[in-house]
Amino acid sequence: MAHIQIQQLRVSYGSLPVLNDINLEIPDRQIVAIIGPSGCGKTTLLKSMNRLLDLNEDVSVTGSILLDGVNIYDPAMDVTCLRKRVGFLPQRPYPLPMSIFENVAFGPRIHGLSVLSAGGGGKQAEKSLVEHYLRLAGLWDEVKDRLDEPAAKLSIGQQQRLALARVLSIEPEVILADEPTSALDPVSAKLVETQFKLLKENYTIILVTHILRQARRLADYIVFLYMGDLIEHKPAAVFFSAPDDEKTKAYISGEIS
Amino acid sequence: MMPSGNKQFIISRLSGGRRIREALALVSGRLVLILINALALLIFCGLLWKAAPLFGIISVSDWLFSSSWHPMKNQFGLFPFIVGTVSVTLLAMIIAVPVCLGAAIYLSEYAGRRFREIARWLIDILAGIPSVIYGLCGVLVIVPFVAFLGELMGSTTTGYSLLAGGLVLAVMVIPFIISISVEVLRMVPDPLRECALALGATRWETVKYVVLKKAKRGLLAAVVLGFARAFGETMAVLMVVGNVAQVPVSLFDPAYPLPALIANNYGEVMSIPLYDAALMSAALILMLVVGAFSLTAHYTLLKIGETVDS
Ligand SMILES: Nc1ncnc2c1ncn2[C@@H]1O[C@H](COP(=O)(O)OP(=O)(O)OP(=O)(O)O)[C@@H](O)[C@H]1O
Ligand SMILES: [Mg+2]
Repeated sequence: MAHIQIQQLRVSYGSLPVLNDINLEIPDRQIVAIIGPSGCGKTTLLKSMNRLLDLNEDVSVTGSILLDGVNIYDPAMDVTCLRKRVGFLPQRPYPLPMSIFENVAFGPRIHGLSVLSAGGGGKQAEKSLVEHYLRLAGLWDEVKDRLDEPAAKLSIGQQQRLALARVLSIEPEVILADEPTSALDPVSAKLVETQFKLLKENYTIILVTHILRQARRLADYIVFLYMGDLIEHKPAAVFFSAPDDEKTKAYISGEIS
Repeated sequence: MMPSGNKQFIISRLSGGRRIREALALVSGRLVLILINALALLIFCGLLWKAAPLFGIISVSDWLFSSSWHPMKNQFGLFPFIVGTVSVTLLAMIIAVPVCLGAAIYLSEYAGRRFREIARWLIDILAGIPSVIYGLCGVLVIVPFVAFLGELMGSTTTGYSLLAGGLVLAVMVIPFIISISVEVLRMVPDPLRECALALGATRWETVKYVVLKKAKRGLLAAVVLGFARAFGETMAVLMVVGNVAQVPVSLFDPAYPLPALIANNYGEVMSIPLYDAALMSAALILMLVVGAFSLTAHYTLLKIGETVDS
């Protein structure tokens, strides 16, 4: 199980500072919710943890994020390897332009996992792998008869669970999820939430949400950001019942949003 | 898309002057479109009308597939010219397409934003250079180079050849195809790339399995548009291709493409009765092929717009 420690993290886009001196230790095998008002840097913090921020040309990052004690911003870090260990579930499910089956098989294929786990068993092994992850994501029953259809034909809610299956398929140790239910209808959102609760036994899940109720329902640990500063972080029960900071109190009571 | 009933509803709610102006804009817009389409149709009909007398004396198969081009004897077989056009265009595309795809992928997927902007700016300049200038460079550089190459390979050639034509044409369409291809690749949404990269795919895996797959229709359209453009290109090719009315059998043979035939001869030998009609028929072939390819390309380009939106 990978353990994440964030030390003196500062991020800016061009000359605009977005995260100021973040120090944070992520508890393992829990659902950690990052909350805060819009534009406070939640997505940025999340994407810093598997270096998806690198895709931004004018971003600059200082400080360090340790994954099992190794700084992921070390130039020697293998980024593809890092991203395999720290999976990312985007806010909107962009299905890859291929079939439902291939969407799930994509990750294992590029990492050579299907061959490894099956000892070279080939097609059949890949099939059971895909079934396994679709079941984990709670999508198998809905798609088992149409695996070869283009993934774009699924509903948005199904696509989001497909994206979940896709992340799970690379066997990450940590899952980063950026407002994973914000594009979904209530029923689909519920399904995704349920899957998260089941998954936390084996994964560390870091979830960005702007829905306080969702954080209350799901999270074991809360990280509260405000305008790029880490204001408060503690177990969810304590966070909601006994917040320390005035800003936290104001945010929880809905005075700032 | 708004159903037409809705549109009418909006217009009927507008009052007085605004309503008239709205209606005027609609009508004048339509009129311009109709005029442009009518112009294309008019040119086509004009060509057909002027070419028609030719078919009084020769059959369609002689016209397209006969190699005897003897205007004095009323023999107007266009086969050598058709082969000339097709082979010089295909040659150019074979050279240009790999270069263009490579460059477009590099610019869109690997290069930094600054470099991409500078490169696109240069490419636009290249695409805007008049074709005579490409022709001149061809005569000064490519023709001697091809002559030298021919000597090396043991064939006698002046350098004015199919190969020289293909090379010049390739150089001309490369900026055009790169420009459209980069445009097409940039239409692929960034979050889609992010999805693949987030799964631990390398940049190349992302390009190969995701970006190219998403963009393949559009890239095909870019190539087809490039083909249409090369097919009709006249001046630069005419200057280096040799212009001998024979079916070329080697890269070092001269060729005589259709546009060059028309440009070289129209208005000169009008004493021969059907010459005029024969040249018009050549123009007709050009117009049909270029038109068909452009329409196909726009149709497929449109399709990719739809899939990217969804
Ligand atoms: N690519 C970028 N270039 C420049 N500035 C950016 C970029 N992405 C985000 N920002 C800025 O950084 C700040 C933090 O953005 P971020 O997306 O991390 O916020 P967020 O907390 O996720 O907001 P939301 O709840 O709206 O998703 C915002 O002010 C935003 O405008
Ligand atoms: Mg965000």
